[in-house]
Amino acid sequence: MPSLIGTPVKRKEDPRLITGNACFTDDIKLPGMLYAAFLRSPHAHAVIRRIDTSRAAALPGVTAVFTGQDLAGKIKDVPPMWLLPGCDLKPKSRPYLATDKVRYAGEAVAVVVAQDRYVARDALDLIEVEYDVLPAAVQQEEAMQDGAPLLFDDVPKNLALVWKAGEVPDEVFEQAEVVVRQRMYNQRVIPNPMETRGAVAQYNPGNGEMTIWCTSQNPHIHRLIYSDVLGIPEHKLRIIAPDVGGGFGSKIATYTEEAVVACLARELKKPVKWIEERREHFTATSHGRDEVLFVELAGTKDGRITALRVTNTANLGAYLSTFGAGCPTIDFGLMVTGAYNIPKAAVTTYGVYTNTTPTDAYRGAGKPEATYQIERMIDLFANEIGMDPVEVRRINFVSSDKFPYNNAMGVTYDSGNYQLTLDKALEMLDYVALRKEQEELRKQGKYIGIGFSSYVELCGFGPSAVAGAIGFQGGVWENSTVRVHASGKVTVFTGTSPHGQGTATTFCQIVADKLGIPLEDVELVHSDTQAISMGWGTYGSRATAVGGSAVSIAVDRVIEKGKKIAAHELEVSEDQIDFLKGRFFVKGDITRYRTFQEIAKSANFAWNLPPGVEPSLEGQSFYDPSNFVYPFGTHICVVEVEEATGNITIKRYIAVDDVGRVINPLLAEGQVHGGIAQGVGQALWEGVVYSESGQLLTGTFMDYAMPKARFFPVIESAFTETLSPVNPLGAKGVGETGATAAPPAVVNAVMDALKPFGVKHLDMPLTPEKVWRAIRSGRDKQ
Amino acid sequence: MANQVTVSMKVNGTQKTATIEPRMLLVHFLREELQLTGTHIGCDTSQCGACTVLVNGEAVKSCTMLAVQANGCEVITVEGLGETENLHPIQQGFWEKHGLQCGYCTPGVMMASLALLKENPAPSDEEIREALDGVICRCTGYQFIVEAVKHAAQLMAQPAEEKVAVADNLQIGEVR
Repeated sequence: MPSLIGTPVKRKEDPRLITGNACFTDDIKLPGMLYAAFLRSPHAHAVIRRIDTSRAAALPGVTAVFTGQDLAGKIKDVPPMWLLPGCDLKPKSRPYLATDKVRYAGEAVAVVVAQDRYVARDALDLIEVEYDVLPAAVQQEEAMQDGAPLLFDDVPKNLALVWKAGEVPDEVFEQAEVVVRQRMYNQRVIPNPMETRGAVAQYNPGNGEMTIWCTSQNPHIHRLIYSDVLGIPEHKLRIIAPDVGGGFGSKIATYTEEAVVACLARELKKPVKWIEERREHFTATSHGRDEVLFVELAGTKDGRITALRVTNTANLGAYLSTFGAGCPTIDFGLMVTGAYNIPKAAVTTYGVYTNTTPTDAYRGAGKPEATYQIERMIDLFANEIGMDPVEVRRINFVSSDKFPYNNAMGVTYDSGNYQLTLDKALEMLDYVALRKEQEELRKQGKYIGIGFSSYVELCGFGPSAVAGAIGFQGGVWENSTVRVHASGKVTVFTGTSPHGQGTATTFCQIVADKLGIPLEDVELVHSDTQAISMGWGTYGSRATAVGGSAVSIAVDRVIEKGKKIAAHELEVSEDQIDFLKGRFFVKGDITRYRTFQEIAKSANFAWNLPPGVEPSLEGQSFYDPSNFVYPFGTHICVVEVEEATGNITIKRYIAVDDVGRVINPLLAEGQVHGGIAQGVGQALWEGVVYSESGQLLTGTFMDYAMPKARFFPVIESAFTETLSPVNPLGAKGVGETGATAAPPAVVNAVMDALKPFGVKHLDMPLTPEKVWRAIRSGRDKQ
Repeated sequence: MANQVTVSMKVNGTQKTATIEPRMLLVHFLREELQLTGTHIGCDTSQCGACTVLVNGEAVKSCTMLAVQANGCEVITVEGLGETENLHPIQQGFWEKHGLQCGYCTPGVMMASLALLKENPAPSDEEIREALDGVICRCTGYQFIVEAVKHAAQLMAQPAEEKVAVADNLQIGEVR
């Protein structure tokens, strides 16, 4: 049997998903279940004068209507989970329902419970709310000016945090040979998983036990937070994330609606379901990015970068979301120097409350923004000194003999070979030939551009002591139990919570490979707080590096115990037993062995165990990683820009990624494709637009441009494999690479194409109109 | 609950009759009345296509059609394609080629693809991508969906006995 690790096996998840047998939250139907619907504020900033629910409550089929005041004392506001120290943080919890004031359009002010979802929707129209509309603060730089409308009386200038790390004195820039400065806006985007959020809650008044099925990336975090919010102790609160239809960060956050639904189930002693509509999702579920970046780069004429200074003015939205404080600070700030050996760097982040939907993690969470600014700056610097951007990258890369490498922001990159991925990508592209072609085409009035992005990102958070030091209100370790049944079949438990990644396949590959048993003999259990003692979920590309490592160590413990039992049965000492390909055998005599299945039976029946060995065959690991892991790679995008229309066509997209050990190349490539689609989406089409009064103008799929199949060429994907020394698998993370790498690759390509027009920078999304205007104004100047 | 109407339609080969509110969407009829929860709802503006089913052989977004409009029609949902032991080629294609990740949009994408393959049994990459314009997938970047549809087209073009052989070879976790 070939090794299962590194093999593109088909997914174990798929048969139920392709036959209509999956169970998503909205597929759950309990006897007597009621349906909830939330009334949301049409105003971005307003005082609530009066709410009259009487007409709604009188509608036939309506069970009850609740305002915030009705639920006072029965549920608490939902607090943020990342309390970043040293930044004068003013954390503002999400109100379970707005009672006195609304702070963004879409904030919930009342909830209806009815016999079916149609009636619940009808009743929303019958609730009367009287608002005193206030001026809104929408854009972060304006919101922190004197005189801007204040969201909270005790938060001057709407400043939620000011975070500083590193220092680069002005003299460094004054004395530098070359200085490049650029303001760039990493625009607000919407994660938009295809399944919106939802929850079903069931309460047992007899014993006080509550079960919430909800669309969560991390049910144990939901249990931890909602336990306090609902006043239900952790051991009586069960959270189950059934099949979850994508998350991309948006289902990390602990929102209010899921907790309110649970509170209503307790009040009404009936199961209650709430399913978010897409139009609700656009305003009620967290957005990502929205960071204004001002970057200063100092360097030499021969292409060496000497210092980087970044100011990030981040829009946090109306409240501090679960991980909201960490994204534009730790996640962003520690990675601003990217894949380059830049001796001095400094970051200042202003986190600003505004009358908009709260922002939180979106695929990459801070690292795409960090990568965007450094990769754009590399190209601007190259342009400034008249050097090939490839050459500037080469000159400044952290070289492969420098690892572990401490970057200027104080984090230690585990392993890397940045030049390798660049070389491979260039080879796939045939760079020299393409540059010649570009030159020829320009003469014919055709404009192609080549854009590079050599990224490195930080993921697989750890150790937990570091999480504590940066104010993360939880651990970042992971848990796995590997339970071997008497028949030799294996159930694996993980605290990660997959929602599309294929973890039920990859983790079982790890187990089957190490135990030498068929893949179909292993099943993964996840996303149920009653089945799994503890865990921290799936985000930040942590599942394989941290969760997979826990699985691997737990399997090792099974094998160790199996060796003891085999040695006893074979009447040799334990150190004389080896385990290979599903057999415990006596060293030097492969004819004397016990199969894994035989030992499984022996352990579970316990008829003849060695002294001191307890029955059963089960391994458990609580694995706390010793460091983060740092996947890297080079993406190249080739575009053609049409001069007459500003329309951009992606001609080629090459991705060479190094994510450490690849467990399943097919699934890894799928992750790369998906990340790239989102990254290209941000570069070219996606972007949130608010009106000055805080109305979301891009609030449906008709107004918000989601990437479609016909927008993309075939993505040419390849991997190099530089193992991580941090964990036993040598794995890094793959989920966020595409979304991190793609935006600057695309924007650099378009800017390269627009070079003849003197265009140096345009902010994303690069819509045809924006590009066309830039071409026209460039031509006018020439 | 005001006026009610009786609707009757053939769903996945079986005649189904129910008394419902006239405003009930076809997708809710399938999911709530018939418990066919394989068809999903991804938006409320008919953009995402997660709810796509076949009505009289044509791909229809079932959130855009009232159940009463489907009265007397023949509807096929994902549940009508094939079971795990006997998958339809379109399902085989998506499994073989990793055409899904979270799987939420997948039933709709498969139904839309099936409608394409009925019209055009051997589509090019470009034609597949055009035909997928009515669906949104946030996970896959579409490339493996295109591969899946091409693979399904090949399977459907094979003679019957070969198809059985291919289905037999599809084991969970099979090494490709």
